[in-house]
Amino acid sequence: MNPLAVFDIFLLEALLSGVLLGGVLALLSLGLNLVFGVIDVVWICYAELIMLGMYGMYYLYTVYHAPIWVAAVACIVSVGILGVLLHVLVIAPLLGAAPINQLLATGGVLFFLQSAATVLFGIEFKNLGLRLPVLKVGGMFVSYSRLLAFAAALIGMVLVYLWLTRTYTGTAIRAIHPFVGLSFGPITFLICVLGSLGNFVGGFVAAFVFAEIISVGGLYLDLEWGYVFAFAFFIVMMFIRPQGLMARRS
Amino acid sequence: MLELRAVCAGYGTFQALFDVSLDVKAGEAVGVIGPNGAGKTTLMRAISGLIRPTSGSIRLEGTDLAATPSHRIVELGIAHVPESRRLFPRMTVEDNLRMGGFAPAARPKFRQQLDVVYELFPRLRERHRQLAGSMSGGEQQMCAIGRALMSAPRLLLLDEPSAGLAPVLVEQVFDLVKRIRAGGLTVLIVEQNVQQVLRVVNRAYLLKAGSIRATGSAAELLATDTIREAYLGV
Amino acid sequence: MRRAHPWIGGAALVALPFVYRSPYPLHILVIILIWSFAYTSWSVMGRFGLVSLGHGGFMGIGAYVTALAWNYGHVSPWLGVPLALVAGMVLAAVVAYPCFRFRITGHYFALVTLALSGIVLQVITATRDYTGGSLGYTPERYHGGSSLWALQFSEKTTWYLIALAVWAGGLYVWYRVDRSMLRYALEAISEDEDAAAATGIHVTAEKLKITVLSAGMTALAGALYCQYQMFISPDTVSGISVSLQMVFAVVVGGIYVSLGPTIGAVITILLAEVLRISFGTRAVGWDNLVYGVLLVLFIVFLPKGIVGSLLDLRRRVGWSSS
Ligand SMILES: Nc1ncnc2c1ncn2[C@@H]1O[C@H](COP(=O)(O)OP(=O)(O)OP(=O)(O)O)[C@@H](O)[C@H]1O
Ligand SMILES: [Mg+2]
Repeated sequence: MNPLAVFDIFLLEALLSGVLLGGVLALLSLGLNLVFGVIDVVWICYAELIMLGMYGMYYLYTVYHAPIWVAAVACIVSVGILGVLLHVLVIAPLLGAAPINQLLATGGVLFFLQSAATVLFGIEFKNLGLRLPVLKVGGMFVSYSRLLAFAAALIGMVLVYLWLTRTYTGTAIRAIHPFVGLSFGPITFLICVLGSLGNFVGGFVAAFVFAEIISVGGLYLDLEWGYVFAFAFFIVMMFIRPQGLMARRS
Repeated sequence: MLELRAVCAGYGTFQALFDVSLDVKAGEAVGVIGPNGAGKTTLMRAISGLIRPTSGSIRLEGTDLAATPSHRIVELGIAHVPESRRLFPRMTVEDNLRMGGFAPAARPKFRQQLDVVYELFPRLRERHRQLAGSMSGGEQQMCAIGRALMSAPRLLLLDEPSAGLAPVLVEQVFDLVKRIRAGGLTVLIVEQNVQQVLRVVNRAYLLKAGSIRATGSAAELLATDTIREAYLGV
Repeated sequence: MRRAHPWIGGAALVALPFVYRSPYPLHILVIILIWSFAYTSWSVMGRFGLVSLGHGGFMGIGAYVTALAWNYGHVSPWLGVPLALVAGMVLAAVVAYPCFRFRITGHYFALVTLALSGIVLQVITATRDYTGGSLGYTPERYHGGSSLWALQFSEKTTWYLIALAVWAGGLYVWYRVDRSMLRYALEAISEDEDAAAATGIHVTAEKLKITVLSAGMTALAGALYCQYQMFISPDTVSGISVSLQMVFAVVVGGIYVSLGPTIGAVITILLAEVLRISFGTRAVGWDNLVYGVLLVLFIVFLPKGIVGSLLDLRRRVGWSSS
C-alpha cells in the first residue's frame, strides 16, 4: 500500500508544487537581493527581458526548428542589445528619480515586453513551456518543468553566490521559470518586495507561504481564490512588518 | 509646564532614551546638551508626539502628551523646529509659514501671526514668494523657526538651530532665541554649541547615551568638570 | 476661472450634440468623457504623490455593485449608484487607513493598492455564478427602452450630456481641492511627512480624506460606464491593467494640471481606436505596446505630461496673458 495514502494525495500534490514554486520565488528574490544589495523594482525589467529572450529561443527552436545554437546566439545578441538600450534609455535617466517614477517606468517596460511577446509570438505563447512530461512519485504528479525550475533556481543561486558581481545570473534564474502567467505580472513585484521586507529569512518564509497559498487555495477553491488569498496575504504582510519597511525606506 | 517622568523611547527594538526625567517651567529657557547620538532628537520627537514613549509620562500642564496625537499636541501649544530644519523645499516661504498655522484654531489668526513672524524676520517678508529650498541656510533656519511660531505656541522646541551655520549666523540665531524669549515664550533647546547655548538658557540638562547625567543652572554646568573637558576644551 | 474661455468652451460642448449627431463620434466622445472623469478622479490624489494602483478596484466595485443591485435587488441606480460609491469609499478606507497609519508610502503604497485591484478582479471572476465571471455581465434592460428610473437611455445625446455634466463635476472637484487647505496639507505631506506631522497636520486624516474622495469619484465613473455600455467585464472595468491605464493616461496628459487627465484620455482612447480600426484583430497587444512605450518616454522625458510641459513652455516663452 502506498504509505502516503493516509494523506489527501491532491493536497500533498498541491503542497509539493507550492514548495517548488516557493523555492523558485524565494531563491529568485534572494538572488536578486544578493546581486544588487537591495531589491529595486527597476531590476525586474532586466529579468523580464532575459525571460523574453529565453522564450524567443524556445520559440525559434520548437516552431521554426532553428538549430539550438543559432537560436541561442540570436537571442543572446538581441537580448544584449535590448538590455543596453533599456539601460541607456530608461534605467540610467531614472536612477536618481523618485522610486515611484522608477516603479511606473518599470511597469511601462513590463507592459511593453508583455505586449511585444503577444505581438511576436501570438497568444499561444502563454502556453509554451507547460508541455514537459510529468513525473509520478508515490501516486503524485509532479511536472518536470517545475522540478527543473527548482533545480535551476538552486544552481542559479550558487552561481550568484559565487559571482557577487554585476551579472545577470541572478535574474537569469527566472529565464527558465515555467509559470508564465506568473512571470509577466504584478506578482513579480510583490514577491520581490516581500523578499526584502526587513530580512532574508522573512522574505524566504513569505515566498513559500505565498506559493503555498496560491497552490493550496487553488486546490480547494478556484485558482482565482488562491490569488485573492495571496494578494490579501501580501497586504497583511505589509501591515504587520512595518519595522522592516521602515528600515528599508530611510 | 512640561514634565517628563522616567521616559523610555526608541526605534523598534532599539532603545534610545532611558528613564529621562525633565522639567520646563513656564517662561523658562531650558537647554539639553550632549554628544552625537545621545538621544536629544529622540527626546524632542517624543515630546511632540512623533514617536511614542514605551514607558514613562510626558505631561503638559497636566495633559498626558504620550496619549495625544502630534497634531493635537501642536494645538495644545507646543511647536517643534525639527533637526536640520525640514522645510517643504518646493513650497514658497509663505506657504511654509501657512503650514505652521494649519491647525484649525490657528487658521483665523493667520494674517495676524504672519505679521508677527515677518516683524521678527523682515528677510522672510522680502522673500515670501521664493521657494524655501532655494534659500540660504540661515534664511531656511529663520523660515523653520517662523513656521513653528505660526501656531502661536507657548512652548517652542528647538533642535540644533545653529547646526550647519556660519559663526556669524550662529550668533544671530542665539540673538533670535533671546528675542523670542523676551516675548514670554517658553523654550526647550537642544544644542551642540554648548558655550553659546548656556548663555541664553536658565538651566540645562546633560544627556548622554540616552540618560540624564547632569543638570543645573547654566553657571553650575559651566563649572562642571566633565562638561568643561568634553565640550569646552578648557 | 477668471477668463471667459472655459465658459465658451463649455457652451460649445453642450451645444455639440444638437448640431452634430453622428452616433459613432458621439459614442467615442461619451467614452472619452467617462474615462476623462475616471482619470481626473485618479489624479485628484495622484498629483500629491499618492500613486494608487487600486483604482481599477474602485471602478470595478462601482460598476458591479450598481449592476448587481439592479439585477438581483431591483434597486434603481438612483440608489444603486450611491450604494456603489459608498462601497468603493469603504473599501478605500479599509485598505488605505492601515497604509497611512503604518506610513506605507511611495511605491510600497502603490504595490499594496495594486494587490487590492488584483483582489477585486479575482473576486469578480471567482464569483462567476453571480457576476458572470470573465465573460462579463449585463444589467437587465428596462422593458426595452429609456427610463429615468432605471437610468437607461437609448438616446446617445442624453448620455453625452450626462457624461459631460459628470466630467465637469470632476473638474470642479479638482479645482475645489486645488484651492483648499487640504491641497497645502497634502503637498507638505508629499514633500516631508514627518515635518508635516510636526507642524500640526493630521497626516493620516488628510491622506484618508483625499483617498476616499478619489475612490468615490472613481466608483461613480465605474457606475456610469456600466449604465452607458450596459455591459461590463472584469477586464474592462477592474483590475491592475485598468489601474495602470489610468496612470498612463494621466502621466501622458499631465498630472499636475486640471485638464491633463482629460487630454490623456483623448490621446489614449483615440490611439486605441485608430489602432483597432486600422489593424482590426491584429491590433491585439499593439495598443498596450504603444502605451508601454509612451509611459516610459513620458516618465523619463516629460514627467509633467503634455499639458504641463506646454504650460511651462508658454511661461518660458512669455505668452502668458496674466
Ligand atoms: N529612525 C531611527 N531608527 C533607528 N534608530 C534611530 C533612528 N533615529 C535615531 N536613531 C538612533 O537613536 C539614537 C539617538 O539618536 P538621536 O537622533 O536622538 O541623537 P541626537 O542626540 O539627536 O544626535 P545628534 O547630535 O547627532 O543629532 C542614535 O543611536 C541613533 O542611531
Ligand atoms: Mg539630533
